[in-house]
Amino acid sequence: MIDLPLPETPLRIQRDRDALAEAPALRRTLIGFAVTVLTLFLFLPLATVFIEAFGKGVAGFLNALSDAEVQSSIKLTLIVATICVPINTAFGIAAAWAVARFEFTGKSALVTFIDLPFSVSPVIAGLCCVLLFGARGLLGPQLASYGVEVIFAIPGIVLATLFVTFPFVARELIPLMQQQGSDDEQAALTLGASGWRMFLTVTLPNVKWGLLYGVLLCNARAMGEFGAVAVVSGRIRGGTSTMPLQVEALYNDYNMVGAFAVASLLALLALITLIVKTFLEWRFTGELALRRRT
Amino acid sequence: MRTVLLKPSPLPGFTPALGAALLWLGLLVLIPLAALVWRASGLGLSGILAIAGQPRVAAALKLSFGLSLLAAALNVVLGGVVAWVLTRYEFPGRRLLDAAVDLPFALPTAVAGIALTAVYAPNGWIGAPLDALGFKVAFTPLGIFIALVFIGLPFMVRSVEPVLSEVEPEIEEASATLGASRLRTIFQVVLPPLVPAFLTGFALALARAVGEYGSVVFISGNIPFVSEIAPLLIVVRLEEFDEAGATAVATIMLALSFAILLIINLVQAHVRRRTGHD
Amino acid sequence: MSMRIFPRLVAIALTGVLALASGAKAEINLLNVSYDPTRELYKAINAAFGDIWSKSSGEKVTIRASHGGSGSQARAVIDGLKADVVTLALAPDIDAIAANSGRLPADWAKRLPNNSTPYTSTIVFLVRKGNPKGIKDWDDLAKPGVGVVTPNPKTSGGARWNYLAAWGHAQRRFAGDDSKVRAFVRAIYKNAPVLDTGARGSTITFAQRGVGDVLIAWENEAFLAFDEFGKDKFEIIAPPLSILAEPPVALVDANVDANGTRKAAQTYLEFLYTPTAQKIIAKNHYRPRDEAAADHSDLARFPKLELLTIDAHFGGWAAAQKAHFSEGGTFDQIYGTGAK
Repeated sequence: MIDLPLPETPLRIQRDRDALAEAPALRRTLIGFAVTVLTLFLFLPLATVFIEAFGKGVAGFLNALSDAEVQSSIKLTLIVATICVPINTAFGIAAAWAVARFEFTGKSALVTFIDLPFSVSPVIAGLCCVLLFGARGLLGPQLASYGVEVIFAIPGIVLATLFVTFPFVARELIPLMQQQGSDDEQAALTLGASGWRMFLTVTLPNVKWGLLYGVLLCNARAMGEFGAVAVVSGRIRGGTSTMPLQVEALYNDYNMVGAFAVASLLALLALITLIVKTFLEWRFTGELALRRRT
Repeated sequence: MRTVLLKPSPLPGFTPALGAALLWLGLLVLIPLAALVWRASGLGLSGILAIAGQPRVAAALKLSFGLSLLAAALNVVLGGVVAWVLTRYEFPGRRLLDAAVDLPFALPTAVAGIALTAVYAPNGWIGAPLDALGFKVAFTPLGIFIALVFIGLPFMVRSVEPVLSEVEPEIEEASATLGASRLRTIFQVVLPPLVPAFLTGFALALARAVGEYGSVVFISGNIPFVSEIAPLLIVVRLEEFDEAGATAVATIMLALSFAILLIINLVQAHVRRRTGHD
Repeated sequence: MSMRIFPRLVAIALTGVLALASGAKAEINLLNVSYDPTRELYKAINAAFGDIWSKSSGEKVTIRASHGGSGSQARAVIDGLKADVVTLALAPDIDAIAANSGRLPADWAKRLPNNSTPYTSTIVFLVRKGNPKGIKDWDDLAKPGVGVVTPNPKTSGGARWNYLAAWGHAQRRFAGDDSKVRAFVRAIYKNAPVLDTGARGSTITFAQRGVGDVLIAWENEAFLAFDEFGKDKFEIIAPPLSILAEPPVALVDANVDANGTRKAAQTYLEFLYTPTAQKIIAKNHYRPRDEAAADHSDLARFPKLELLTIDAHFGGWAAAQKAHFSEGGTFDQIYGTGAK
């Protein structure tokens, strides 16, 4: 390419440019089309959430959020996320270490199974919990005789959430770690570091931003899960109603301001997730597997 | 680890890492799914097929898979153009658009559901003008379709974008130098290597759409035979005390999801073999 | 970096769980698992009962509520939802709990007055302002081109009352000619563009989403929508003939004994029959058993219509449930060409 003698005539350069780019009109059309698509599908719905939430002013918004049931749903959602996110982060790191650093039989099967919760309907995750822990389920009667409540209680919600958020961290770390390779880690070992020390001082710092984004996505999903949780929650207001379920409950109460006020908190969480992601991407290009699959 | 054939590696920690991964996987994913399969085995294959053949179940499965296929297909076009615009053009607000593409990943489905419903309902911002023209979106299959396009869009964009940005300009230049028109260059030089990426995006969007519940239940009318999706039918069956029916529908969907996932992995393995990298 | 925050996160999580667990001991918690349109009613009842209970016993009582389609709520209790009391839309749903879980005796209905139904209601129509389709009676719902909104009888209790009211009307109209009755009810359900899982879902579909021309609704739900969405948008039409809907309440014995809440739960249910509660009941547009306790203005809103009863016209709920709503019952035959 470099040693190709380029003709010097302006005409020729002009033709090259045309050949490598679309006509300005087409280009503008394409950009316009993309902007329209994203506006209709993404920006308008997002704007609606906030506009409806403030439909009765700031006072109405604050009033809706100070409701005891809403507060309880926020608390419950935070509890569920604080349990699920660390557990699935630990799992994701372990799985990524095994998958990205070793070659073993059955690896692709393992990766497929890790991906499974992505493509299984959340409703099925809830159904599985009912089949296992329901009063007529496989383990339910046994557990009930020991006084352990799973379904229609926090453990059931946690289990359903763990299922649906299972792959997020692993999916973010595996491609990133594969891409980075293990040279740094091998160097650390050669220099006499112990396995843990290598992990804490080399592996984790290398993947920290990818890990953070994986954790954020996992958290957004954990706080926002609806289908799986709806099946196992029992919809006890002020008890087992998470924020997304509270959104639905308020919506069904004709309380639009309340429903959208709670929804706006969740939307804000999504926005923060995206902002952090964009920042990380801009600041640490290459350290994230963001541009691959979720 | 006797059964696992492990290629020797100087790195430590394989056994505990794999052990922990398998333990979580088993406890959290495989045992629950096994409960479903166990329950389904009680029905037998003929029992499951009989339930799948019931008109309402068949209609729901057809609707879910049909609309998901259509939505994924539309996303090939929408996602393709968006990915193209985001990778090829520099314009004000590009970064904002790029960031916004991931919104459906991060936005809880119930929030997406009530927001889309508010926008596309007969009294909504887009729903009202469309209603005046005689188009009903919310509470019809069209509404479900919109929701499925919404949740599928980022899968397509994010699958295509990285590959598109790696297409080397030299190849396009060569094609142009050889006298190909821009359109011909795009369709014969740029797009063919993107096919696996489109396939991956298509399959991912499809898999997600088929199982989608939260964003759809608000905007679909939930009318049996018309706008009742398969995941909703599982919930309805469960609420009707019909665990067998719920299990059968879930098993069919699980099998189909698994098939889609296998296809994704095959496509990706194929791509890896052909291009030599991930 | 994430590794370092784990211990702290786990500690926060544990504290949260412990706080919830210990909070449960400081006061009495009751869980009322109810059906869809009772949200506003029980909000008012619970507040009144809380005052009375804390005055008489000194304890704080918190009553939590769960609402949904009556059938789905019963399913949840069977599957282990720890309801202290159930207040559902119709008796067969509580029968189902008794039969499938054994958590309360089969003769639960005999334990409180009026077969354990402290209030009644009926089924009326909600139409759009000016009644553009001229809907006056059940016959108008079966006409082609009328959009009828009603929930799914498989999951919603109100929907089963709707169905039986239509059936009762048709039986009278066609002098019991079974095939004509079926054709009539089928025509109504052919006009239904949506079958939501609960009565509240149907009201939202009709009132907020603008679907359909007429909502077959609980009388209380129709009044609520009327008050909530404005009198300038809807009209309530009372058909000349409807059904006496009797939503029952019951203590879930196994759960109250496990929770140690029997006394409070029993008092809560008995409270529903007191003049204080009956007055609240009438205010929320349910028909009170004790009319003397209610405000006259609330009573005056209820239209006078002839009401069929489940016992006299359908041979009791056990028979009606079996004939119409069980697998392969008349609803299955009418809806979805024989299969569901």
